[in-house]
Amino acid sequence: MSPLAGFLIVAALLFSIGLAGALTRRNAILVLIGIELMLNAANLNLIAFWRYGPHPEALTGMMFAIFSIAVAAAEAAVGLGLVIQIHRHAHTTDIDAMNRMKG
Amino acid sequence: MSFVFYILATLTLAGALAAVMLKNTVHCALALTVAFAGLALLFLNLDAQFAGFAQILVYIGAVAILVVFAILLTKGSETPKDGVFSRTWLAGLAIAAAVFAVLGWAVLNSAWALPHETAVPEVTVKQIGDALVGRYVLPLEIVAVLLTAAMIGAVIVAMHEKERTK
Repeated sequence: MSPLAGFLIVAALLFSIGLAGALTRRNAILVLIGIELMLNAANLNLIAFWRYGPHPEALTGMMFAIFSIAVAAAEAAVGLGLVIQIHRHAHTTDIDAMNRMKG
Repeated sequence: MSFVFYILATLTLAGALAAVMLKNTVHCALALTVAFAGLALLFLNLDAQFAGFAQILVYIGAVAILVVFAILLTKGSETPKDGVFSRTWLAGLAIAAAVFAVLGWAVLNSAWALPHETAVPEVTVKQIGDALVGRYVLPLEIVAVLLTAAMIGAVIVAMHEKERTK
C-alpha cells in the first residue's frame, strides 16, 4: 500500500467515526464534535494529496487546508454559541428532545 | 508505510473513537483533544509544518477550550438517564459503516492511480506568507470577514436571552 493510500484510509476512518458520532449521539455538543472530526478528516486528505501530489510548490492543498481550519473555527464558535442559547431556552442539549422550532 | 505513521494513526483514531463513544462529555472533550493532537502530528509527518502548528493553535488552543466551556455552561457532563445514544443509533451506525465501505473501496481500487511523489517539498513560512498575500489574497480577505461575522454572530446569539430576561 502506498503512503498516500494509508493516509486516505485513515482519513476515511476518521470521517466515518465523526459521522457515526454526529448521527448517534444525543448531546448537541457531541454532534458538533463529530462534525469537527469530519472536517479534520477532509483536512488530512488535502494535506496528504498536497504532500504526494505532483506540484507541492504551488501550495494549493496546504492553502485549502489552512482556510478550511479557519472556517471550521468560525463554525465551532457559532455552533457552540447556538447550543448554549438553546440550552438557556429549552434547558436541554438533548437533540431528541428538540422537536419543535417554535419557542 | 513508516512505523511512526502507524503509531500516529492509532493515536488519532483511538482519540476519535473515544471522543464519540465515552459516556462522560468532559472525557469526550479530552479524547477529542488527543485526536486533534494526533492529527497535528500526522500533518507534521506529512512535512506540512505550518498546517500542523496551525492545527495545534486553532484546534487544541481554541476549539477544544470552546467545547469544554460549552459543556460546562450547559451542564452537559451529567450523563442522561436514558443513555447517551439516540433512539436511531443503529441506523446512524449503518450509514457511517456504509460511507466507510464506499470510501475504503474507492481508495483501495484506485491505489494504482494515486500520485506518490517521494521528494520532500521544501516549503518555508515565507513562501506561505507570500502566497497568502499574493495569489490567495481574496480568500484571505473573505476568511477575515467570515471570522469577524462569526465572532459578532456568536456573541449576539449567546447574549440574546440574557438581555430579554432583564
